[in-house]
Amino acid sequence: MKRRLALKQLTAASLLALSGWMPHAHAAEDTIKVGILHSLSGTMAISETSLKDVALMTIDEINAQGGVMGKKLEPVVVDPASNWPLFAEKARQLLSQDKVAVVFGCWTSVSRKSVLPVFKELNGLLFYPVQYEGEELEKNVFYTGAAPNQQAIPAVEYLMSEDGGGAKRFVLLGTDYVYPRTTNKILRAFLHSKGVKDEDIQEVYTPFGHADYQTIVANIKKFATGGKTAVISTINGDSNVPFYKELGNAGLKATDVPVVAFSVGEEELRGVDTKPLVGHLAAWNYFESIKNPANAAFIKKWKDYARAKNLPNASTAVTNDPMEATYIGIHMWKQAVEQAKSTDVDKVIAAMGGQKFNAPDGFTVEMDKTNHHLHKPVYIGEIKPDGQFNIVWKTKGPIRAQPWSPYIPGNEGKQGL
Amino acid sequence: MRIAAIAVTLRHLLLAWLLAMPALASAAAPRVDQAMLAPLAAGDTQARLDAIAALGAAPGAETVLQALGGDQLYAAPDGRVLISEDGILALDPATGRQESLPPGSEGLSINNRLRRAIEAALATTRLFSDDAAQRLAAARRLQQSGDPSRLPLLDRALAAERNEEVRAALEIAQANLELKSEDAAVRRHAVELLGKTGNAAFRSTLAALTAQRDGAYAEPDPGVREAAAAALRRIDRHLATIEWAGNLFYGASLGSILLLAALGLAITFGLMGVINMAHGELLMIGAYVTYVVQTLFRAWLPGWLDWYVAAALPAAFVVTALVGMALERTVIRWLYGRPLETLLATWGISLILMQAVRSLFGAQNVEVGNPSWMSGGITVLGGLVLSYNRLVIIGFALFVVFLVWVLLNHTRLGLFVRAITQNRRMADCVGVPTGRVDMLAFGLGSGIAGLAGVALSQLGNVGPDLGRGYIVDSFMVVVLGGVGQLAGTVIAALGLGGINKFLEPYAGAVMAKITILALIVLFVQKRPQGLFAPRGRSVE
Repeated sequence: MKRRLALKQLTAASLLALSGWMPHAHAAEDTIKVGILHSLSGTMAISETSLKDVALMTIDEINAQGGVMGKKLEPVVVDPASNWPLFAEKARQLLSQDKVAVVFGCWTSVSRKSVLPVFKELNGLLFYPVQYEGEELEKNVFYTGAAPNQQAIPAVEYLMSEDGGGAKRFVLLGTDYVYPRTTNKILRAFLHSKGVKDEDIQEVYTPFGHADYQTIVANIKKFATGGKTAVISTINGDSNVPFYKELGNAGLKATDVPVVAFSVGEEELRGVDTKPLVGHLAAWNYFESIKNPANAAFIKKWKDYARAKNLPNASTAVTNDPMEATYIGIHMWKQAVEQAKSTDVDKVIAAMGGQKFNAPDGFTVEMDKTNHHLHKPVYIGEIKPDGQFNIVWKTKGPIRAQPWSPYIPGNEGKQGL
Repeated sequence: MRIAAIAVTLRHLLLAWLLAMPALASAAAPRVDQAMLAPLAAGDTQARLDAIAALGAAPGAETVLQALGGDQLYAAPDGRVLISEDGILALDPATGRQESLPPGSEGLSINNRLRRAIEAALATTRLFSDDAAQRLAAARRLQQSGDPSRLPLLDRALAAERNEEVRAALEIAQANLELKSEDAAVRRHAVELLGKTGNAAFRSTLAALTAQRDGAYAEPDPGVREAAAAALRRIDRHLATIEWAGNLFYGASLGSILLLAALGLAITFGLMGVINMAHGELLMIGAYVTYVVQTLFRAWLPGWLDWYVAAALPAAFVVTALVGMALERTVIRWLYGRPLETLLATWGISLILMQAVRSLFGAQNVEVGNPSWMSGGITVLGGLVLSYNRLVIIGFALFVVFLVWVLLNHTRLGLFVRAITQNRRMADCVGVPTGRVDMLAFGLGSGIAGLAGVALSQLGNVGPDLGRGYIVDSFMVVVLGGVGQLAGTVIAALGLGGINKFLEPYAGAVMAKITILALIVLFVQKRPQGLFAPRGRSVE
């Protein structure tokens, strides 16, 4: 069993290597190459591996339905290994050597920032599937994740509402890099606009991979003695596990101090004992627990795929927001290609605006005509004992993204491309 | 048995009488019926909150409230609300009849606001429970309530209460509500009582009393204001003590983790001089062994699941020791005396081990749960929570240090290891089997890394990258402590942990880490040998 797995991986690896060496060996004219740029090793493998798999699943699905314009899609998977400069190198390889029509990839903002110059220089096309801090709008990128006004701002409004506990004081806790820092800058400005004073806001940062949250949890407890407090967590990656464990052990319950997280989804909770976390919140544009036919079909497809391909831990496979965003992105790209009748980057970009897709989040989401972001609904969920989310608040429908936050001075009039 | 039953009945009668006394209008409190439960399923948030509050006053509603809080309440298609633990069998709370859950029933979901209301409602029903512990918990919960309408309820409970501890808790809850009293003397007494608790939860209410708004004090009576200020000072003093004790505990906890991670390295690097970059991966393998043992227990011995950690310890020790010995025999022993090559070879091994684990278990982290006896914590000093898993790990670290000390100083193997450390060629000459001792010592160091891996799995993530986070810290501890010194390793680990935790509240986690690194650089400049420099002729 184990040996067969190893053998399979070996063959896969050598095939990959071969296709890299001989770009035109079997790339006959009847396929369209599609690049997948997600870390399969290193720290971000935890989150990005499932995005690679969901992209492959979507490509299989499209191919089974006859492909795009009668041509099959041919995925080219590369591993940038959570190494930011390597992202740029691999992107260049995909665009200039493999000549892919489009790339689906990146998770952290720093990896996106590092591939941007390559995509601009070679006029490539990137679909970025993760919620991020905004303050960016590139012609060569389509953002299928949330901008701050589609995730962070509604979450804070909910915390301040009566249902959310009417929080008066806020701890902004994050990993020390560009996404949390920028998001917290926007949130601080937003809280000021709501009349929250600086002494009622505490900003705390930890290094990547921080594992000891004792002092931070004790500080949150102390801060909470000053009035109704909520924690807004932009902790990224697996640091969330020790944070939530410490929170549970310290007896800080969601009914006392709720924690709303922007980077914790079903996938991240798979590694945690969720019983002490019941009631803590997350804000996303999609949850696995949303009930509608499109989502049921999406979940079934993913679980079947995970079982068929024998992915690790296939029995507990879950779907999450960035996976859904990847799925939407690939389908929308297909629609745009078919409308443009070409895979030419400029023609596809022109055709992308206004594309609609019946998404698993329960709405027909639309790509904005000008700003390269999706109109998305916002959901706020509370963690349930089984690691899923109980949706406690949602927007009436999809809302338009504001990549340039109006709460940062100097952004007025920057909304278009 | 029968006497107890009569006593309970009597008590209930008394209770019903007490409840009926103040409000003659509602002669008997309503029993739970489906009409009361219906808003839980169909109403909007306000209706649901009202329904929960009404249930809090109804006798026998405790099970319904508990079920609602535990996601065990279902709305049947015919509009009734049923309790079901497993989603198959259901109980009608109004009639007490058992039936199977009708198909199409939907679970009632709640949010934090409802959860808070449920806790408060449960507390009011449990205030008259037969179990003193439940009454105490209920009284403590009601201390957080700011709802003056609960005052008569508290008065009744206080009149009936005989347990001293519960009485004290009730008095505090009462005082918290009496802050809004008309009578300045009552307010003053309440403020003094709250101050005596030293409980930080009352800080904001007391601070509000001393605050000034638009030139006028929130509290009109200067005597009460003064008392409030004194109470605040008292609470702040208590908070400072808690913070100091907390830092001490956090430091000891971080230190014990550093110590466990570094102890194996202290043997392989400190005593044998092998720069083992794969040390972190040995920790990681120990953690994965824990995961495998846990999985086996879940499948075969679910009744003993709480003790899987105990079984994981020897398993992790044996597995990592074998891996370590295999490494030593196949790679490292050819590279003795060539530190640069050892460094590169072990670095490569660490990459191989990580990828091997990734292929076997997947790149995702795996879930290792705390046994129930290691979850939660005890509250000391009225506000400082010492979590059980950290307490256990501090004890475990000390135990492992003791074990290593005994092994090195009171066994034949330890004697050989020390002999080889002091003078390898001389030891060889007098008949010490250096090759075998090297292998065993390396196995011991690796095995201890495996034990540390079990401990780490109880605190943080178990993933292929686990070792990466600890390798630098481990080397830091060993170098700072002085190469080849067990005592140095212990003091360096606890010292680093303590300094880190005392710096963190002032400098933040990022700056604390940087400061520590800078301090170590300065220290090693001054004392390149570490804290405890080996002295005498053995120094080569």
